Amino acid sequence: MVDARDFRDKTAIVGVGTTDFRALYRDLDPERSAYDLGIQAFKAALDDAGLKKEDIDGLLVSRIPSYGRTATMLGLPNLKNVNVTEGGGRQSGLTLQIAANWVYSGLANYVACMYGNNGRSVGATYGGGEAEGAGSYGGFFGMTSPGAELAMMWRRYQHKYGVGKEALAAITIAHRKHAAFNPNAVMYGRPLSLEDYMNARFIAEPLCLYDYCLINDGGVCFIVTSAERAKALKKPPVYISGTATCSALDNFYAQEDLFEAPLASIASRLYPAAGVTRKDIDFAEIYDNFTPTVAFGLEGYGFAPKGEVTGWVQGGRIELGGELPIGTSGAHTSESYMQGWALHVETVRQLRGECGERQVKGAEIGQYICTAPISVSHIFRR
Amino acid sequence: MAYDKPLPKKVSKLEQPFWDALKKHEVRLQKCSSCGHTWFPATALCPRCLSPKYEWAKCSGKGKVFSWVIFHQRYFKSFEKDIPYSVVWVELEEGPMFYSNMVGVKNEEIRCDMPVEAYFDDVTDEFTLLKFKPAKS
Repeated sequence: MVDARDFRDKTAIVGVGTTDFRALYRDLDPERSAYDLGIQAFKAALDDAGLKKEDIDGLLVSRIPSYGRTATMLGLPNLKNVNVTEGGGRQSGLTLQIAANWVYSGLANYVACMYGNNGRSVGATYGGGEAEGAGSYGGFFGMTSPGAELAMMWRRYQHKYGVGKEALAAITIAHRKHAAFNPNAVMYGRPLSLEDYMNARFIAEPLCLYDYCLINDGGVCFIVTSAERAKALKKPPVYISGTATCSALDNFYAQEDLFEAPLASIASRLYPAAGVTRKDIDFAEIYDNFTPTVAFGLEGYGFAPKGEVTGWVQGGRIELGGELPIGTSGAHTSESYMQGWALHVETVRQLRGECGERQVKGAEIGQYICTAPISVSHIFRR
Repeated sequence: MAYDKPLPKKVSKLEQPFWDALKKHEVRLQKCSSCGHTWFPATALCPRCLSPKYEWAKCSGKGKVFSWVIFHQRYFKSFEKDIPYSVVWVELEEGPMFYSNMVGVKNEEIRCDMPVEAYFDDVTDEFTLLKFKPAKS
């Protein structure tokens, strides 16, 4: 019988690549393609790993519409495994799981996971369209957008625990402080004060502008191989110690339990699979499509006690130098909304010690957390 | 002016009884004849026990506001004139949840767990929408 512990540290990320998010944010181009952005990142990841294009025998693309066109553009017609994952943000972590399992089971040796997004240039809004299930009825009442779903949940959280938005302010301000050390971040050199936050315009109240991620163009790629092969490559491997998933699929994105049950399920499997405890985590990269998602993650994995995230995140605890730095690149709210993909890359760079001024000192173990209708979390180690 | 907000483009045979009931100012939802579960939106099988046997049971129309938001951003042009408008997430006594709008209450007076009851808004000749108003105590 296979046990999740058998998978521990058997696969690794060996190459990562990203585009210049800050430059792309300034310069819109309606003809910019997701393919070109993904391929730029792919080239950077190959170079980072010290691999040749021909070494790649597995390919997964996401948000890029067609694996066929991607393989054609890359000149890689005969891959051992190739496919596409849905363009939604929850898929970044799931794509890594697929790649690692292809490698672990011997179906492919070097799998490139590639993401390209031209959302800012083409005016993506993440709202106002048509949904399925009971969500489709929401439009009749003006209900739309994942941001409003998170606003629904945060309002309920506020009611349940009698708190305001101080947790969300601390989270987005921490991210902004970290972006000051990341020249690739859209909000590099643009500080955010508590006063700015409190005076910001609402989008779906109780959430304001700074609770929302930065829709942008960009490409991200990471390359996965076995721990054995990883040792021979250019950069130190970052091992996938554990990964786990739990869905919360019903009529609504918003969950009445604020994702408590799915996150508890993941936590119960993830830490034992990785052979670590929550206390071993040196930093976390937490999917911040909207700031409440981060708050729910911090409580869901037990970093903050239930109902106490508001106090827990204050006083620099989640900032560089604190007990659990989060969003060290600036994350989605201050670096760029790359749907979790660039957060994976940041985790790798932190564990390699490549992050310069924003380096988490002595980082050995990092956790990726994405809370969504399919929640996923990984533990990586150097 | 003609009603210009989103409405169903096409109602399937499966969903038709829900909309027919609203036109008669009733809330009717599928109730499983095998396990008693009440659910929404319409599906051919009970999502709890997968039985295909159900009735369109009349519901009380009573519930409570589980949560609510206020839209300040324009996503739908047809809602622009209503900004800032609220959307409530209501849990009916029978269990199913609905996104909807409140009538007869200001945005800032809405509260979580506020008791509400159905308000039937005949928005067009064809469609009546299930909205909510504060419950009479």
